[in-house]
Amino acid sequence: MAKFMERLKQINWALLIGIVLVSVVFLITFVSIFYTPYDPIDMVINNRLAKPSLTNPLGTDQYGRDVLSRVMIGGQITLLVGLSAVLLGMVVGVFLGALAGYYGGLWDEVLMRIADGLYSFPAFLLALLAVTLLGPGQNTALAAIAVANVPVFMRITRSNFLSLRETNFVEAARAMGATDFRIIAKHLLPNTLPALLVQASVSFAIAVLAEASLSFLGVGTQPPDVSWGRMLKDSQAVAGIAPWTILYPGLAIGITVLGFNLLGDGLQGK
Amino acid sequence: MKYYARKTISFVVSLFVITAITFGALQILPGDPALLVLGTEGDPMAVEILREKLGLDDPPLTRYFKWISGVFKGDFGESIRYSTPVSVLLKNAIPVTLSLAFFSVLLAVLIAIPLGITCAVKKGSAWDSFGLIFSQLGMAMPPFWLGILLINFFAVKLGLFPPGGFVSVTTTGVGPFLSSLFLPALALSLPRAAILARMVRASILQTLDQDYIRTARSKGLPHYLVLYKHALRNASVNIFTVAGIQLTQLLAGTIVIEQVFSLPGLGQLLLNGVLQRDLPLVQGLVVVGAGLILFSNLIFDSILGVIDPRIRLD
Repeated sequence: MAKFMERLKQINWALLIGIVLVSVVFLITFVSIFYTPYDPIDMVINNRLAKPSLTNPLGTDQYGRDVLSRVMIGGQITLLVGLSAVLLGMVVGVFLGALAGYYGGLWDEVLMRIADGLYSFPAFLLALLAVTLLGPGQNTALAAIAVANVPVFMRITRSNFLSLRETNFVEAARAMGATDFRIIAKHLLPNTLPALLVQASVSFAIAVLAEASLSFLGVGTQPPDVSWGRMLKDSQAVAGIAPWTILYPGLAIGITVLGFNLLGDGLQGK
Repeated sequence: MKYYARKTISFVVSLFVITAITFGALQILPGDPALLVLGTEGDPMAVEILREKLGLDDPPLTRYFKWISGVFKGDFGESIRYSTPVSVLLKNAIPVTLSLAFFSVLLAVLIAIPLGITCAVKKGSAWDSFGLIFSQLGMAMPPFWLGILLINFFAVKLGLFPPGGFVSVTTTGVGPFLSSLFLPALALSLPRAAILARMVRASILQTLDQDYIRTARSKGLPHYLVLYKHALRNASVNIFTVAGIQLTQLLAGTIVIEQVFSLPGLGQLLLNGVLQRDLPLVQGLVVVGAGLILFSNLIFDSILGVIDPRIRLD
């Protein structure tokens, strides 16, 4: 029994639960591409605000649309926007951070000052400024979240490169005549990858919340596209008489964010 | 002294950069702002007059300096949609947002510090597990969702608090003022408290491992003195740094929470300005918003320099 308890303690619970939650969210979203119980945008006027039942397991909203179908499909845009934004921010951030960290000097000075400037610009103001410029929509949300992520990944890449640059194995590689590109691609990047992955997971959790917030404000995903944040905006007025219209989209956001936060913690070995 | 001078200079430079970026970005807005306001079928005479009024015929750089010198004198121009000076709109909205922000910070600290200390001292206990679960859930919950749930439970069902709106402290007194802010502040502060509690726990655990704590213990100092005089004091630097970052996040969060609770603050003004492309209003709000955030960072950095004089040497 004691041995069993010891085993139990050694399990990386954060990682395990994180992987399970993230897999469930992705699986449901994947299924929703091919199958939802009802058409998520089909309004059935004589079945408005129906309580959860066998026919509509999570009830219907004020237009008679099936909440389960909408929650299932609502993940598509949020996950797509979140993933592309973080990926885009990461690629640009790693590239610029690598330039700054590897070559140092003027590159470093100029690039990091730009990063500082971007970093000091509150991300939410940046997003709303983007909305003024580009108009509301999911691409605007994507662009704003990506830009906000660039300085984050720049800093991580730069600081890792700076310390790795001085290690013996990099010096050995250089002594053997390896090119800059080879050193970066073969030695520096693989050693920075763990830190980048942890940040990507945390960034993704933040991105999901950001997309949901922007859609809730009405400047992110636009109808008829379905997203969790938008569902909350649309049903806020009927929350009192039909709590299920609010409960489940919020839970979907929460579970996704929780999953990615735990995944990040777990990867860090906490 | 050097530390404070450097922080102040960086505050001024950042604010300048942000105003320039904002102004520059809004210049590349496709289309003529005057036409955007009046529509393409607008009366050409009216369009001309509005262009004149907005100073759209000047070159961008002239307009920037005109605008920024106005800002220093408290003149942000006139809102296009509200036909009111932006400074008047700001003056009405700032107290709402600041009260909300301060109340939330207070709640976050009151929740996070005791919770974090308890978790650290009783590491591995049921209390600790509860704290960890609370902080994970708190970080994952969207604050606006929490806000809607709070309204429907505490305001609509139980009738303990008003479901939204803002009452000024000067017109109705302290009681109604605080009760109109309690639910939004709670919704806003829980995610912040969750992150802060995690940080408090981690910093206290880290300091409790130090040699001087062992020394303090071995010379027979009571448990609470070791904790409060040695551990908490040294951990407070980390805690304070995170609290500063949280304040920035919190000011951003007010935009969404004001929408949920229909509070007439800066966030609601900004959202309307953005949706209606009210350029003078958006510009003014970005400057004031960024200025508030940068200024609170400056204050946090200064206090940090007092708590931990070492950082002034970097």
